[in-house]
Amino acid sequence: MRRAELVMALVMAIFSAYLMWKSAELPIGWIPGEGPGGGAFPFWLAGGMLLCCIAVIVRWVLRASPPSRSTEPYMDRHALQLFLVGAGALAVLIGSIHFIGMYGAIPLFLVFYMRFIGRHPWTTTTMLAVVTPVVTFFFFEIVLRITLPKGYTEPLFYPLYDFFF
Amino acid sequence: MKYIAKSTISGLIAGLLVTGGMLFAPHDALAWEPKKPVDFVIMAGPGGGADKMARLMQTIIEKHKLATKPFIPINKPGGSGAEALIYLNSAKGVNKDHTVMVTLNSFYTTPLRQPQLQIDISTFTPIGRMAEDSFLLWVHKDSGITNVTEFVKAAKAKGNNWIMAGTGKGQEDSLLTSFLNSAYGLKMKYVPYKGGGRVAKELAGKHADSTVNNPSEQLGFYQAGTTRPLAAFTPERLPLFPDAPTFRELGKSGMVYFMQRSVVGAPGMSKGAAKYYQRVFKKVYQTSEWQGYMKKKSLRGEFLTGKKLKEYWVTEKKNHAKMLKDIGEI
Amino acid sequence: MEILSLLTDGFVIVFQPLNLGLIILGCALGLFIGAMPGLGSVNGVAILLPMTFIVPPTGAVIFLAAIYYGAMYGGAVSSIMLGIPGASTAVATTFDGRPMALQGRADRALITAATASFIGGTISVLLFTAFAPPLAAVALAFGSPEEFALMLLAFATFIGLGGDDIPKTLFSIFIGLVLSSVGLDIISGQPRLIFGDIPGFYHGINFLVLAIGIYGIGEILWTIEISGGEVNVAQAKLSFRRMVDGLRGMKSLLKATIMGSFLGYFVGILPAAGATPGSLMAYGVAKATSRKPETFGKGNPEGIAAPEAANNAASTGSMLPMLTLGIPGSPTTAILLGGMVIWGLEPGPLLFVEHKEFVWGLIASLYVANLFSLLLNIGLIPAFIWVLKLPFTILAPMIFILCVVGGYAPTKDMHDVWLMLIFGVAGYLMRKLDYPMAPVVLAIVLGPLAETSMRQSLIISHGSPMIFFNRPIAGTIMIVALVLLFMPAIKAVKDYLARRRVSDPSA
Repeated sequence: MRRAELVMALVMAIFSAYLMWKSAELPIGWIPGEGPGGGAFPFWLAGGMLLCCIAVIVRWVLRASPPSRSTEPYMDRHALQLFLVGAGALAVLIGSIHFIGMYGAIPLFLVFYMRFIGRHPWTTTTMLAVVTPVVTFFFFEIVLRITLPKGYTEPLFYPLYDFFF
Repeated sequence: MKYIAKSTISGLIAGLLVTGGMLFAPHDALAWEPKKPVDFVIMAGPGGGADKMARLMQTIIEKHKLATKPFIPINKPGGSGAEALIYLNSAKGVNKDHTVMVTLNSFYTTPLRQPQLQIDISTFTPIGRMAEDSFLLWVHKDSGITNVTEFVKAAKAKGNNWIMAGTGKGQEDSLLTSFLNSAYGLKMKYVPYKGGGRVAKELAGKHADSTVNNPSEQLGFYQAGTTRPLAAFTPERLPLFPDAPTFRELGKSGMVYFMQRSVVGAPGMSKGAAKYYQRVFKKVYQTSEWQGYMKKKSLRGEFLTGKKLKEYWVTEKKNHAKMLKDIGEI
Repeated sequence: MEILSLLTDGFVIVFQPLNLGLIILGCALGLFIGAMPGLGSVNGVAILLPMTFIVPPTGAVIFLAAIYYGAMYGGAVSSIMLGIPGASTAVATTFDGRPMALQGRADRALITAATASFIGGTISVLLFTAFAPPLAAVALAFGSPEEFALMLLAFATFIGLGGDDIPKTLFSIFIGLVLSSVGLDIISGQPRLIFGDIPGFYHGINFLVLAIGIYGIGEILWTIEISGGEVNVAQAKLSFRRMVDGLRGMKSLLKATIMGSFLGYFVGILPAAGATPGSLMAYGVAKATSRKPETFGKGNPEGIAAPEAANNAASTGSMLPMLTLGIPGSPTTAILLGGMVIWGLEPGPLLFVEHKEFVWGLIASLYVANLFSLLLNIGLIPAFIWVLKLPFTILAPMIFILCVVGGYAPTKDMHDVWLMLIFGVAGYLMRKLDYPMAPVVLAIVLGPLAETSMRQSLIISHGSPMIFFNRPIAGTIMIVALVLLFMPAIKAVKDYLARRRVSDPSA
């Protein structure tokens, strides 16, 4: 936990500095008769972020904040594993939407999560993996007319569009 | 300005072209139809003038069943329309035929002001110009100002304490403010707000001294007698405001400016698809709803499409480049 | 008494079978749209706008108003059950709603939210009926300096919300404000902070992307770790008795609810402010005036009653400037305004004279929509509780999917979905190190309004900050805000001095 506190503060300090540099693309000073320039608001606030990071680091050195005193690990092996599986599955879900579309990615994700993490029986898994995309389709595409991404599966939907619209 | 004569002629030609096109309509209808819902991009945020108009078009299309697939509005106001232009520019494959956009004058100004976007508007597919919106100079009734001479006198007296409210910098309202400043030797202070409705309210609440709103934005306050139009940036008086002279009558013949309300298609749209959308929007233009809306909101302009619309864009882009250069924005 | 007869005429219009049917349909649809993370009243009203062309204008606006109301109720449902604010107006509801759900008191939280919404809605509709025109004048008097003062006040009421670690709380506020400035600088018309020239940044960082990322994805990752990925998270209970008890419990929340209703209504009237600052301020004030402020954020029902009453009251309030001045008080009313134009009605002071049946039909429909939303909401509580009882390994992937779809739907851009994942993961990692998350979300909501109004004011005043003080309304609000902002600092100094006196016997 102690190391994580320092690493996070350092990463955020670098991020703040980057934001300050990026904000400086627009004027950051006081324009006479007009008030602050376009970059001033994010620039000085990012400066505030940087100061806060420094304060966090100082408190780390002084061991003033609870995480900097903690001897517990930031993430034990088990927690890390859970985190990687959860966030990883989500990243794969979002990534695959670009290719197989929402209606391809949702069932795959549900099967993976329910069957292989939750160990639910195949019947429940299959049922939800079929029902969820169908309900999504009707609610979003037909009732609300919000088209969801379909990637390469788009042509498969042409007959459905012809039928419903 | 030769504006009027030119647009009448071009309107006639456009009309002839379209009538000609209609004879072949049944034949073309077999040629191309949308396969999926059409992305109807709006180059502005929800609630603004462009958005209201786009939703009206969508509603007319649905009500009269003018298209076989729904038109789905998507607001992409980011970066004064930069986001919308990039979106159209990067449409790929079948999406090229299923993406159209409602646009306004930021269609010219945004690529001019942000050359790094590398947007060439001449590559966009012309669908139809649905209307042109006009601009007027407005003041609050309590200011006691009734004509442009009094306006100039009052604004001169206040110098740079005279507040002109408008939409984003580099957009229509700020161009018109620069017009006025240089034409009458004024030093009005320009304060940008988000959206024309908000601008109208700033005037009604006396937070601003004047605005250059579209008629539709000030209509409510005008009818209630809160605000007053002083002069119109049009070639002749607007039927809705017969008492407001044009700047041309007042001897400033160069002060004519319109906002286009047009529909464009993605670059590289197939000919069949372009024809299809041109026909859909032509029909929208002809409905009594659209005509009624134009009359009520004091909109003008014939339906323009194809080559005529492209030529119109070329002229307008040139005009805007000059205007932006004059005020030092590019 | 003229108002009463007009209102009666309004009710006659509402109780026509077509209109009554539209209200019921609208409330139900709105409830589902609102309960979906990512979709709120704005989307609901915008999407269903074209469908209203088939009914007469009065029916159309009644339908849309019912959706608006339904969605406001529904927003609380996702805030409480999933901990994800479905719209910015429901952020404050998560602060105490989520803890209550985790403690197995989701039923109580839902009943509180629905009842408080009903009271807030009713009070606001009564105020609307009685004082519409004079309040419109108040809305007009609000310019940029007043708006900035109000934003500062909203921040000030929230100063105590962060964690104990002051540098980290400040960091969270700052990063939220910086993220809120991504996109376009409206004053100079220049794009700003477009990281890597990615076009998705041009529309800025949507509040919903951040909120769904932090509260949806981050929260689930957090729960997975805490629970070890196994057990059911919320022990939800439900019985008829508990529901009756929940309703009885409203009596003790009456003060917070009524305060929230009035505050929400008046803030809602102000253009550009809308329901979000109203509900946040109601939460802040409820906490400040509560007898047990330390229980806020840990599942105090007052923390649900105040903001829920406020956001419903504000949604009625924001219809007032729309109808009387043609200025939308919130994004949703902006769309409604577009609808009125489509139906051929001209909003403005004359609307109340020329289209009486429209205005009073709308007002009467607000009464009815409010009542129906309450009944529907309470009736559906068993269904909501049943969902909460699902095993976590079913609930978690479902919430992930809701987040992805909800993150995509408002802008239809996959860029926002990726951004949401990044916020979720970063939020989770930072939360483990005691960085408070609520200030980030608040800052991104209030930031753009605060910055723009401040800079507009400064342009008007040629750069002099005195403009915030020498206007009567702005000045008053500003002073209250500054006092509230510095109160914790003054208090800290006082405490410190007091402690020194005790420890230093020579004094």
